[in-house]
Amino acid sequence: MLEFLKMGGYAFYVWTSYSFALILLGGVVLWSASQSRKVRVSAIRRAQQRRRKS
Amino acid sequence: MFQWIHRFGSAPFMYRLAGRLAPWLGGLCVLTLLLGLYLGLVVAPADYEQGESYRIIYIHVPAAWMSMFAYMVMAISSAVFLVWRLKIADVVAEASAPIGAAFTAVALITGSFWGKPMWGTWWIWDARLTSELLLLFLYLGYMALRGALDTPQGSARAAAILAVVGVVNIPIIHFSVEWWNTLHQPATITRMDGPTMHISMLRPLLLMVLAFQLLYFHNLMIRVRTLILQRESRASWVAELNPDTGH
Repeated sequence: MLEFLKMGGYAFYVWTSYSFALILLGGVVLWSASQSRKVRVSAIRRAQQRRRKS
Repeated sequence: MFQWIHRFGSAPFMYRLAGRLAPWLGGLCVLTLLLGLYLGLVVAPADYEQGESYRIIYIHVPAAWMSMFAYMVMAISSAVFLVWRLKIADVVAEASAPIGAAFTAVALITGSFWGKPMWGTWWIWDARLTSELLLLFLYLGYMALRGALDTPQGSARAAAILAVVGVVNIPIIHFSVEWWNTLHQPATITRMDGPTMHISMLRPLLLMVLAFQLLYFHNLMIRVRTLILQRESRASWVAELNPDTGH
């Protein structure tokens, strides 16, 4: 396990790369999902309120 | 005969289609990602020249490919929007941009972390790296333009023109290692005489490419749904939806 984590002495380069990928790609996915939920709730509720008024 | 294509121009149809596809794409993405990472990080042997540092390839190459793929989707959608005024095409282009920018940033950063132990430098202004950096600027410029002008229609049009003009950078990125004397290594997979990579290393790489493709399309479906709701908030079909589930 320790040998795997050491990555032949390149641990800093390999694991930092994977960490950046996780942060950036995971961040985009989470941001999209969070934005989707916010917009969905507000847009649908606004549309329903508009329909009730008319 | 091709009337079914017209359905893809319908906002409610695309909204529902994206909603049905997104969970499947996400699930398949997780499975292929886990399998690709296991085969790439644990099973694949070390490289005889680069040792274990070559394992950065399993995120760097898929990210670089997807950075170009996402831009092609953005450029083609923008061209469709400009020519046929199809609003859904503009939605797809706008949805694609941040995802493509993220892939480009990952490609540049992981390339840098791979370059330092291999080339002895974090960055070099060679053709491949510089054109990939230009791609990131194109993505950022596109996203900035979308919010820059007074009218949404004007912003959409200006951004679409930038996307279409910027597509010339894609073949430059791809062929840069052949046209110029670059530090970046030439292609090992997309070659006329077949890949030069051993199957034990190639298999996880192709799995990771597939995983990144699924990630892109999953995220694209979510963003397309969000943008459709934003633009169609006054439409009657939106009022029929459940705010908690979106269906």
